[in-house]
Amino acid sequence: MQSNDTRIKWVEEPQLGWAGRMYLPLVFGGLTTTARHLVSEKVTVSYPDEEPKLGNKLIYRGVHRLNRDEQGRVKCVACFLCATACPAHCIDILAAESPWEDREKYPQSFTIDELRCIYCGMCEEACPVDAIELTSLYNLTGRSREEMIFDKEKLLSVYDATKDSEPMQSKSLGGTL
Amino acid sequence: MMSVETTALVLVLVKIALMLGGIMTAAAYFVLLERRVAAWVQDRHGPNRVGIPLTKIRLMGLGQPLADGLKMIFKEEYIPAQVDRPLYIIAPIVIMTAALAAFAAIPLGSVVPEITQLGIKEPIPLLVATQLDVGMLYVFALSSIAVYGVILGGWSSNSKYSFLGGLRSSAQMIAYELPLGLGILGVVLACHSLRLDAIIQHQADSGVWFVLAQPLGFVVFLVAAFAEAGRLPFDLTECEQELVGGYHTEYGGMKLVLFLTAEFIHMITASFLIVILYLGGWHLWGVTGSGVDVGWVGALLRMAVLMAKTFGLIFFFMLIRWSWPRFRFDQLMSLAWKVMLPLGLLNLVAVAICTELAHPSVAGNWLDSRLGGGGTALFFCVAGWGVAFLGLCAVALTQPMIGDNRPRRNLDLQHVDQQLDFEGRPSAG
Repeated sequence: MQSNDTRIKWVEEPQLGWAGRMYLPLVFGGLTTTARHLVSEKVTVSYPDEEPKLGNKLIYRGVHRLNRDEQGRVKCVACFLCATACPAHCIDILAAESPWEDREKYPQSFTIDELRCIYCGMCEEACPVDAIELTSLYNLTGRSREEMIFDKEKLLSVYDATKDSEPMQSKSLGGTL
Repeated sequence: MMSVETTALVLVLVKIALMLGGIMTAAAYFVLLERRVAAWVQDRHGPNRVGIPLTKIRLMGLGQPLADGLKMIFKEEYIPAQVDRPLYIIAPIVIMTAALAAFAAIPLGSVVPEITQLGIKEPIPLLVATQLDVGMLYVFALSSIAVYGVILGGWSSNSKYSFLGGLRSSAQMIAYELPLGLGILGVVLACHSLRLDAIIQHQADSGVWFVLAQPLGFVVFLVAAFAEAGRLPFDLTECEQELVGGYHTEYGGMKLVLFLTAEFIHMITASFLIVILYLGGWHLWGVTGSGVDVGWVGALLRMAVLMAKTFGLIFFFMLIRWSWPRFRFDQLMSLAWKVMLPLGLLNLVAVAICTELAHPSVAGNWLDSRLGGGGTALFFCVAGWGVAFLGLCAVALTQPMIGDNRPRRNLDLQHVDQQLDFEGRPSAG
C-alpha cells in the first residue's frame, strides 16, 4: 500500500492547549480523578461475609433447574433441543415413553455436568416448554467431580428450593405457560 | 551513674536502634498501605483479612506485613546458576545499607528535653549524627549510592531484563541527580547551612516555608525525588510490562525483599527530605512555636507534625502512582535535561539574586531598610511565584517534551526498501 493511497485515513494528533503544556494543571486534573475514586463506593464485596447484590434474578445464569408443571410432574418432554443447543455438550438425556396422556415422551434420566457447563443459557433459550431454566444460585461447590453431575432428582430439587424466590419465567417473559 | 561518654554512646545506640526498627516497620506497613491505596483507587477493598492468627480478629489487615515477612524469610535462598555470585549477593546489601544509613542525618523532630534522672543534662536532638555539618550532602550522597545496588543487581544477574533495568536505572538516576541537587542548592543558599535541623530551624524562625518562597525549586525537587525513588511515573527501572521485574528479575526470597524494602525506604527518605527542605519540617504556624527550648508536650507535638507531613507526602506518592502513566524513556530524558535542569537553574539564579539583595553587606541592606523584615519575606515569595510562573510559561511555549512522532506521509516504500537493501540481507520468503 502506498502512502498516498486514498483508503488510508490520516489522523492528526490533537494539540495540547496552554494549560496542558504547562503540565501542572493536568497533574491536578489526574489527581482529582484519583481522589474521587479513593472515596467512592467499592465495587467488590467481601464475599463470604457479604453476599453480592444480583441484578434481576430472573435473568441471572447460575445453577440449572428442571421445572415441574401444576401436577408436580417434570415439565420436560425429552425433545433433546437443549442437548443439541448446548455448546459444551454437558446435557445428557435418556428419553422414554411418557406414562402420562398429554405428552409422548419424558426424560427417564436427565443429567447435567455442572463442571462442564459454561452457563451460556442456550438450553434455556432452546427449550420449547420452558422446562429447563437457570437460577440465580451462583455459589455452587462440591467435593468431587461425580457430585457435580446433577441428575433429574437433584435438578427438580433445585426447582423446589428456588420456585418461591424465582417464579418460572414463562409468564413474565412470554413463555409457553 | 554512668560517665558522660558512656551516656552519650548509649544514647546514640538507642537512637540507632529506634531509628532502624522504626524505619523497617514503617516500610513494611507502607507496603500494606500502598496495596490498600491501590485497591481504594481502583474501587476495590484490598488486603483486609489477615489479623491475629488462629482467631477471627481481622484488624483491617494489619497482620499482612507480618505474614508476608514470615513467608519471605522461610523462602528458599535460590541463586540462579548463571549469575555472578559475589556481586549478586552484595547488591541487595549495598542498596539496603545505603538506604538505611541515609537516616543518620535526618532529624525526626526537634529536641527532647533533658532527662536528669538518667544523667542526661542537655536536650536530646532527635537526630543520630548530631555533629554532622554536611547532613544534606551526606543524605544526597548516600541516596545516590542506591544506583550502585541497582546496577550491580542488574549486571550480576546476567539476564537481559535485569540488564536493561539496571541500564535504564543508572541513566535515569544520573539524569535526575542534577535537578535534585539544584533543588537542594536553592534551599541551602537561602538558609546558609547544610544541616537539616538548621534548615528546619530557619524556616521555623522566619515562618516562611520554602515551598512558599521557592515554588519552582519545590516542583523541581519533588519531580526529581520521584525519579530518584523510582516511583511512578518514573518506574522505568522495573516496569513489569516490558522488563518482567527490571533489575531484580532474577532475585527471590529475602534478597528480593531487601531490594523492595530499600525502594520503599527511598520513598520515605524522599518524603522526609521534601518535608524538611520545603514544607517546614516540624514547624506549623501557631502550633509548634519556633523556640529551641521545648517541654515534652512541645517536643512530641513537633514530632507528630513532622510525621504527619511525611505521611501525607507518602500518601501523595501513592496517589500519583495511580494518576499518571509511565513516561517513555525519551520523554523521561527530555523532562530531566530540557525541563527540570533549566527550571532548577532558573530557580537557583532567582534565589541567589534575592539572597544577595537581602545580604547585610549589599548596599547597606537595601531591601530590609526599604521594606522591613516582613516586607522582604513577602517580596521573596512574590518573586518566587513570579519566577515559577514565568518558568512554566517558558516550558509551555517551547514544548521541549513534545517530539514529532506523527506518521510520515511522504514515506516512499521503494525508498524504505532501498535503505533496507544491504549486503547479506535475507531474501523475502
